[in-house]
Amino acid sequence: MFKSQALPEYRATIDTDKCIRCKRCIQNCGWSVYSWGGDRVQIETSKCVSCLRCYHYCPTEAIEILKEETTYKPNAYWSYNHIRNIKRQAETGGIPLMGMGSDREGIILFDHLLLDACQVTNPSIDPLREPMELQTYLGKKPSKLEFKHDKKTGKRKLTTKMPPNLKLTAPIIFSPMSYGSISLNAQKVLARTAKECGILMNTGEGGLHEDLKPYTSNIIVQVASGRFGVNPEYLNAGVAVEIKIGQGAKPGIGGHLPGEKIPLEVAKTRMIPVGTDALSPAPQHDIYSIEDLRQLIYALKEATNYKPVSVKIATVHNVAAIASGIVRAGADIVYLDGFRGGTGAAPGIIRDHLGIPIEHALAAVDDRLRQEGIRNEASIIAAGGIRSAADAAKAIALGADAVAIGSAALQTMGCTMCGKCYTGNCSWGITTQRPELTARLDPEVYAVRLSNLIRAWVHELMEVLGALGVNAIESLRGSRERLRGIGLDAQTLDILGVKPVGR
Amino acid sequence: MNHDFQKDIAGCGLTGLISKKRNRVSGGIIAKSLTLMNDRGNGLGAGYAAYGIYPDFADFYAFHIMYDAQSARFSVEEYIKENFHVEKIEEIPTSPVPEIAINPLLVRYFISPLKEKITGPEGEEDFVVNAIMKINSEIDAAYVFSSGKNMGAFKGVGNPSVIAEFFRLEEYEGHIWTAHTRFPTNTPGWWGGAHPFTLLDWSIVHNGEISSYGINKRYLEMFGYKLSLLTDTEVVAYLFDLLIRRHGLDVETACTILAAPFWKDIDDMDPDEKEAVTALRQTYSSALLNGPFSLLFGHKNGLVGINDRIKLRPLVAATHNDMVYMASEESAIREICPEPDTVWAPRAGEPVIVTLDD
Repeated sequence: MFKSQALPEYRATIDTDKCIRCKRCIQNCGWSVYSWGGDRVQIETSKCVSCLRCYHYCPTEAIEILKEETTYKPNAYWSYNHIRNIKRQAETGGIPLMGMGSDREGIILFDHLLLDACQVTNPSIDPLREPMELQTYLGKKPSKLEFKHDKKTGKRKLTTKMPPNLKLTAPIIFSPMSYGSISLNAQKVLARTAKECGILMNTGEGGLHEDLKPYTSNIIVQVASGRFGVNPEYLNAGVAVEIKIGQGAKPGIGGHLPGEKIPLEVAKTRMIPVGTDALSPAPQHDIYSIEDLRQLIYALKEATNYKPVSVKIATVHNVAAIASGIVRAGADIVYLDGFRGGTGAAPGIIRDHLGIPIEHALAAVDDRLRQEGIRNEASIIAAGGIRSAADAAKAIALGADAVAIGSAALQTMGCTMCGKCYTGNCSWGITTQRPELTARLDPEVYAVRLSNLIRAWVHELMEVLGALGVNAIESLRGSRERLRGIGLDAQTLDILGVKPVGR
Repeated sequence: MNHDFQKDIAGCGLTGLISKKRNRVSGGIIAKSLTLMNDRGNGLGAGYAAYGIYPDFADFYAFHIMYDAQSARFSVEEYIKENFHVEKIEEIPTSPVPEIAINPLLVRYFISPLKEKITGPEGEEDFVVNAIMKINSEIDAAYVFSSGKNMGAFKGVGNPSVIAEFFRLEEYEGHIWTAHTRFPTNTPGWWGGAHPFTLLDWSIVHNGEISSYGINKRYLEMFGYKLSLLTDTEVVAYLFDLLIRRHGLDVETACTILAAPFWKDIDDMDPDEKEAVTALRQTYSSALLNGPFSLLFGHKNGLVGINDRIKLRPLVAATHNDMVYMASEESAIREICPEPDTVWAPRAGEPVIVTLDD
């Protein structure tokens, strides 16, 4: 057999003294790294992706997954990845695929932003003793309100009709991940947690499986270019509808779910034949312009008796103008998915070279909507690389109403960001449809872990608010005065609307 | 520049009074109350606002303008004469006091907008506000202290008693007074930076630091306000202006926005009130004043005192006959009203709203 010149990335090792030949590693590995050699486990290390499933399930701690030390001659210009991709392309003539968000080195603005805290002149607030409010509403808000007053009692009564809003107990939601790209059990973990925590999950573009119907009061349904599973019942099933224009990991391109990942249940949910490739075109073929988008927004509103409509875009160079257009087209929510945004499968060249980071995009969009006096017309969701409650707090301070998390949620289910989602072999049962793998992901068990994560972030956000001396999330939202930039140039600071540390 | 601004921080003491029957009270009284709280300031700013002091010019906007340079006066007066009918111009009477070595030129104008200059949909008050914004932001070394009808602000760098003596405060009689002594922590005192802050007939004296300043500022900028002073208090003044004058909300509703009830309390409200307050919090979330404050808000029809939503700054209120007093400390009230009928500490976020009887 032809041996690939693309070097293996990891070295799976078994300490034969510790190994008790239980074969659990063989059973657990979705990539067939291990096989039974008669008296011991054999290892085909080039298949290892370092998902660590075997490591966690080895009862005797015999397994170690090491970084493969054999490497190309170090070269500051020709990196390991450059050379390895060329070898792969030379062998296949194809486009190297990647899973998860871009792991490229480079400046990460979140890590160059520092939050404020109170000392003396204004007191900090103890979140363990005082109320600390994270409740958030997503959707259009009027620019002002009107009341009438009862002549006798003087009591006020609202006369302005409020647009529909989505109530969240915390400014965190789950990013869209479709059934097909992830398993039904993974979706169930998201749905259960959303319900448990009073937040939202999003179907992605794969339709809504029967089993998720008990959770629809915490579900946004998505309409994307493939229109999978879309019918009137689907549109009305959730609390809002999202039009997906683009994704941060692959701006400007569509999606391709291979036929191998379309078994019967996925096919039924997507309303396509079993085993056919599910192709999502690059553009939505009824949206070639902003006016087309407006028509679709209002078509969906008409179809749903005016539920909120979200429009999700990848953050590209002109994101501010595009977002302004989306708001003026009638969207209730603008979902910004940044450069670091995750994916199940994207061409590496697209994922690592197109689009702009969420921090710049968010700041630019929030500024633009304010300059145009339409910031109240839509909520902004920031996504694409939110790694922690600290990132969330910084995104909110830059102007986001809420953040969406995908990768972080999957990590609670076992994901180690190995980035091989597109293979359909996920040993944790997340990005696979192989029944023996998906069965591993018990929704009940993993919903507890994901709920724990949300609760932990909620506590962390409360601690941050308390240190900032405010007791409601809206007092942090867009309050860039509470951020300082470190090691950023003047122009970047100006784009972010943030002062440098020391000022 | 988007990011290049400096914010001022200050602590303070405040006091105010109102006669519901419009009995006029000498400025000496309020100065006495404020002077008792000398230790709440550090001599880098004190000021007073008074309503009912210009009965002879009650129909004219009384502009108190401060100039740091004579040239600014020429520019401002040229601008005013182009856009306003000028009833009277005079320098604000002052007495020399040894503590004030150098003071800005202080001039007052009784003016009314020229009808033909008000074009388009904006009303007279918008026109006046725009004129103030223009003077404050575009003409160097000129700053409008106050601009309302039959009211005025007197403020500067000095202790409460020094400022009162300098402005000859005992010569004015008003039916509403607010006063403020200042403890700036990071900037040298500046005459324009002293309280009260005013716009038209609103006046604010404020003790506290608005921890939500950043978003309050950006919210106001959406409505065209230019925040030229970079103090918390300016934000409060403009928020009242936006909510009451421009959005037509009543004082109580404005207070509900600025010191909003907690969601847990909103859940227990009756359905109409719950709907109203939920909508207020959704719509005006960026106007929530978060962080420690107590403030007095004077306007032509009354006086309002309010604390932040968890009462991180002191505020005490008292009544005596038709008088209502509010101050940072009870002692400041008892200094000028030794035997009040009632004295109480208003609860967090619950405004004390006093309206003139007529």
